[in-house]
Amino acid sequence: MLILECPYCGVKAEETELAAGGEAHLKRFGPGSSDDEFHDYLFMRENPKGVHFERWRHANGCGKWFHAARCTTTLEVFGTYSAQTLEPPKELLDKISEKRPGWTWRDLG
Amino acid sequence: MSNLASALNGASFNGLAKVDEVGLVGMITLRGDLGSAKVAAAVKAATGCAMPQQRKIEGTLAAGAAWMSPDELLVLVPYAEVNAKLDAMNAELAGEHALAVNVSDARAVFRVSGAASREVMGKVAPVDFSAAEFAAGDFRRSRLAQVAGAFWMDSEDSFTIVCFRSAADYVFGLLSVASNPQSGVGVY
Amino acid sequence: MSTRLASQGRLIDRSKTIEFTFNGKRMTGHAGDTLASALLANDQMMMGRSFKYHRPRGVVASGSEEPNALMGLGTGDRFEPNQRATTTELFSGLSAQSQNHWPNLEFDVLAINNKLGRFLTAGFYYKMFIHPKPFWKHIYEPIIRRSAGLGKAPDKELKDADTYEHFYFFCDVLVAGGGVAGLQAAKAAAASGAKVLLMEQNAHWGGRAPVDGGTIDGLSPDAWIEKTLAELAEMDNVTMRSRSMVSGVYDHGYALGYERLNDHEPGNGAPRHRLWRIRASQIVTATGAIERPLSFSGNDVPGVMLAAAMRDYVVNWGVTPGQKVIVVTNNDDAYRTALVLHEAGVEVVRVLDARSAGGGALMEEVRQKGIRVECGRAIAKVKSGKRVTKVSICAQSGVGGAQEEVSCDAVAMSGGWSPVVHLWSHCGGKLIWDEAAAHFRPDADRPPLGDNGQGFVVPAGSANGPMGLGDVLADASAAGAAAAEAAGFSAVKTAAPEVSVQDELPLEPVWLMPAQAEVSLRMKSWLDYQNDVKVTDVQLAAREGYESVEHTKRYTTLGMATDQGKLSNINGLAMLADSLGASIPEVGTTTFRPPYHPISMGAIAGEARGKIFQPIRKTPMHDWHEANGAEFEPVGHWRRPYAFVRSGESTHDAVMREVSNTRERLGLLDASTLGKLIVKGPDAGKFLDMMYTNMMSTLKIGKCRYGLMCSENGFLIDDGVVARIDDDTWLCHTTTGGAERIHGHMEEWLQTEWWDWNVYVANVTEQYAQVAVVGPNARKVLEKLNAQAGGGMDLSAEALPFMEWRDGKIGSFDCRAYRISFSGELSYEIAVPASQGRAFWDALIEAGQEFGVMPYGTECLHIMRAEKGFIMIGDETDGTVIPQDLNMQWAISKKKEDFLGKRAHTRSHMADPERWKLVGLETVDGSVLPDGAYALGEGVNANGQKNMIGRVTSTYHSPTLGRGIAMGLVKHGPDRMGDVIEFPGTDGKVYKAKIVDPVFYDKEGAKQNV
Repeated sequence: MLILECPYCGVKAEETELAAGGEAHLKRFGPGSSDDEFHDYLFMRENPKGVHFERWRHANGCGKWFHAARCTTTLEVFGTYSAQTLEPPKELLDKISEKRPGWTWRDLG
Repeated sequence: MSNLASALNGASFNGLAKVDEVGLVGMITLRGDLGSAKVAAAVKAATGCAMPQQRKIEGTLAAGAAWMSPDELLVLVPYAEVNAKLDAMNAELAGEHALAVNVSDARAVFRVSGAASREVMGKVAPVDFSAAEFAAGDFRRSRLAQVAGAFWMDSEDSFTIVCFRSAADYVFGLLSVASNPQSGVGVY
Repeated sequence: MSTRLASQGRLIDRSKTIEFTFNGKRMTGHAGDTLASALLANDQMMMGRSFKYHRPRGVVASGSEEPNALMGLGTGDRFEPNQRATTTELFSGLSAQSQNHWPNLEFDVLAINNKLGRFLTAGFYYKMFIHPKPFWKHIYEPIIRRSAGLGKAPDKELKDADTYEHFYFFCDVLVAGGGVAGLQAAKAAAASGAKVLLMEQNAHWGGRAPVDGGTIDGLSPDAWIEKTLAELAEMDNVTMRSRSMVSGVYDHGYALGYERLNDHEPGNGAPRHRLWRIRASQIVTATGAIERPLSFSGNDVPGVMLAAAMRDYVVNWGVTPGQKVIVVTNNDDAYRTALVLHEAGVEVVRVLDARSAGGGALMEEVRQKGIRVECGRAIAKVKSGKRVTKVSICAQSGVGGAQEEVSCDAVAMSGGWSPVVHLWSHCGGKLIWDEAAAHFRPDADRPPLGDNGQGFVVPAGSANGPMGLGDVLADASAAGAAAAEAAGFSAVKTAAPEVSVQDELPLEPVWLMPAQAEVSLRMKSWLDYQNDVKVTDVQLAAREGYESVEHTKRYTTLGMATDQGKLSNINGLAMLADSLGASIPEVGTTTFRPPYHPISMGAIAGEARGKIFQPIRKTPMHDWHEANGAEFEPVGHWRRPYAFVRSGESTHDAVMREVSNTRERLGLLDASTLGKLIVKGPDAGKFLDMMYTNMMSTLKIGKCRYGLMCSENGFLIDDGVVARIDDDTWLCHTTTGGAERIHGHMEEWLQTEWWDWNVYVANVTEQYAQVAVVGPNARKVLEKLNAQAGGGMDLSAEALPFMEWRDGKIGSFDCRAYRISFSGELSYEIAVPASQGRAFWDALIEAGQEFGVMPYGTECLHIMRAEKGFIMIGDETDGTVIPQDLNMQWAISKKKEDFLGKRAHTRSHMADPERWKLVGLETVDGSVLPDGAYALGEGVNANGQKNMIGRVTSTYHSPTLGRGIAMGLVKHGPDRMGDVIEFPGTDGKVYKAKIVDPVFYDKEGAKQNV
């Protein structure tokens, strides 16, 4: 059972306090977007073996959404960070590069 | 005031710990910028309390302020004064993007007291209740078995617990079962 | 025979005699006995029959690894099957029944399976019961069901008399196992100041060190254990629990501890089991090692026992399983059993050492006692029967010829020791094969990883491989210190204790005895006692092509019983490796999964049973409903009255009465469960325009608007009435059970997409009790309240028109009144503070008497809304329905550039004219259509199934119209008004229904707008 630190309330919360929210940093496509763009936005998701960026909500806690960077094979948590950002913080990316040289995720890495 | 009824009419259970429904408490959900001077002033005016730090509570059940999230406070006032306090607060917050709303009736409040109260809480919430990790003034939102709840310690051997009013019966049952006199754990 | 000895028995109190029954027979034991030791003391060697062949079986082990001695324990509401006699502490009044036999243990009908053994090989069921096909359901399955199963299930009419609980605990270091290694590791970890939790599965501490002998720091093991326990008890940072097994290790340092509080004194008022939900930075697994059986013919005959277990029975409980014992071994440790038996006055007939050169110092000590030791020798077979009577001895090399028969009544066997690596492995720790010791042990380089990417499990003592006392304690000391360091503490150097113990020579792996045993011997050589898997079964599986150990496991059921192969797995995979001509590490192990040992279902459920099985959400009026005949239905966790049934009425009668009364006079609905969300801020209007398909930003203060919500992929997710409260505040009603979900949905968009928008949302659902006052007399009853108590709210059609709201006082109640209607009648939904809800309801009931007031439930609500053609989220929608399907284009703003779902509605499938659309359905004969029924079209689809052209989404008997009415989604439905289509029911009937307008009643809306 995972533990993730909520960046808003500082609690190292266990999974029963959390709700998983799927892939992070999706760009929304609305009216005016092409069929392909909208299709990809709705349905196409990364399914990496290794470094992954996800959304979580501290549902049984402060109620805030946050981001987590995690390894899907070892379950190592590289870090959690604010939901109010379009990309992971630089320090976190550097930390991941140190631990998983050569990693990629979408256009990151 | 004869029309008023709390969720469980002051139910209580005496076991490993004492479990009491506290009755109606004035509560205001205040959402806003917790760093704003206006918000701080409104809280101060309503309760006399300073802005609580992350996961802390200031003051008491009758006049207190608890940190719910980075943009939310739970403001505690006497039940009879909640509307007046709310009006004053809204006046204070004029021009500020904030939301203050009366939630007194949406909640049930319990007190778990006695030497074993940490253990009783440790049976229902996935939280470290050792003295080093949780002490008077600490405030936490978590789950109480299957429902959401918030709680804090008012003293070394007493917790106040807030849950939704509709779940009052469940939470009272839960705390009473956890207070089975034969079920002491003996670790705190 | 097995008897109590005059000496030994360090765990029993001979001054205390305890009575118990076994299969109804009265027996006695002593305080400190296990059920197994007490049965042996009563010469009850046979303790059950085997699962498949119903062979007589006796106890093999002395702890949780026991495969055979499974009992039905207790009676009535405390009966539980498959409890191990070896882990059951004896108590006064204990009642045990042996399992897997009929009519009784001594004489069993299905023992015939034993004679048919050659036919009941691996995969027998798969091969045998395939043909002819119909036989499976009617003949094979019923017969197999009757004879299969381990033990019998408790009476389904009875409820478990006991209670259970969970307890959350956090520590720096969890030490699993309270043998000498666990004690030493805990001491080493605690010395650093780390918070340590130490758990031991047995009632006593110290594990098997006191049985095996030697000295620690100059003390006997017992004295050292006592001293160490006292030291640990003094430390504030150490918590110790006996009768508590760490049953599983999970991700990120989570572990479960299974504490058995009163299994040894049932019914004392305490919870029976407590499940510790532990979060530890580091976990030390000091779980010891388990001795392996040897695979020889008849190794399952009662009286054949693990050598160390036999030693345990003598030393711990003063019981000997036999009077003339043969010891058979491939290692030095088993000689300790010979010494212990000899010292207790039991005749050791012979020690058979499979190693051609025999053992070391221990062997010499045994020989000096005058005991005959034969090296390079083996057991060819143990004579079958209800207990050991005769053993045939042969050379270990060879096929088992040239046998010598020797009389004896017990056999102590030892095939070497396997570290208990389960907890290490549960969460991904890897193993390496130690060739010299012939066992798998933890690979320190590949531990399970925690959230920080570092290993979080440290094996200690014999669980890590070392078997000698000195090595064990040194390893445990290092493990405890390493765990403390890894948990962030500075380890204090703790010297490992000095020990004195006999040196041992290495074992020689023996996977089959004799090494080339012929088939007649192999087919009686058991690997897995509990699932009755033999050497020949694994060999057959290998011949049939099962190369993967995971496949062989499932094909033969090796290791799949309740003991999960604690004794059998290594022997089994060694046998598979041998059959495949592969090495043991090449074959590898099966996956170790929690729990280590079965734990009770009650412990898993914890407190969640009876009244607190799950949260039942109650409105402020719930008690009134309960006292007034309400039949409840669950809506999410809420319980809402379905109907208020009066005496002499059926539920259906009550619903019909409630509909008619509300349409003709006055009905009250408890609508408190409807979600209420406050949305406030300068950008609130803009935000709600994104949330709803309709335009909400233009709603005037004081007015209400019905709104629809779609998900981003266009499907309907909720609906409700939105009220504009002031310039920057709206109140959004959601469906019952939708409040938390829609609140979360709004927060998600605000926090993760439009975080720069100034909007706050608060869920105020439970702040209000809400009552729908419905019917032609609705205004009258409210005006009467005002007249009685001087409330000031003007409720006239002019002052409070349809689809508007007002704050004010009705009677003595501060309230907010909404003129909205889900029934088509004159209707006010009135919200009062929840703490006044009950009083408000009482006042309405009292004042309403003269107007014919009656409460109504959700079924009445449904019928009235269906009569009006109003949709219900969850009935007309199922996650695949868009507003256009429900002809609700009127609720979709065309002016808005964007809202959630707008883009999705233009996708080709969403805009497809072939989509099924909402219509009303009227049965030709007035009957009620079956709910969910599908309408048949022409022809068949690609799979040869009949084409469907629609389905029923809501269906009721309407008392207002005196006939069945329904709504449904039908292909081209709105273009087919008047057509009759067919709905086959599951009752064999075909229902004919005419397609009509979904608004059945008061199409003009005249009744609600008065």
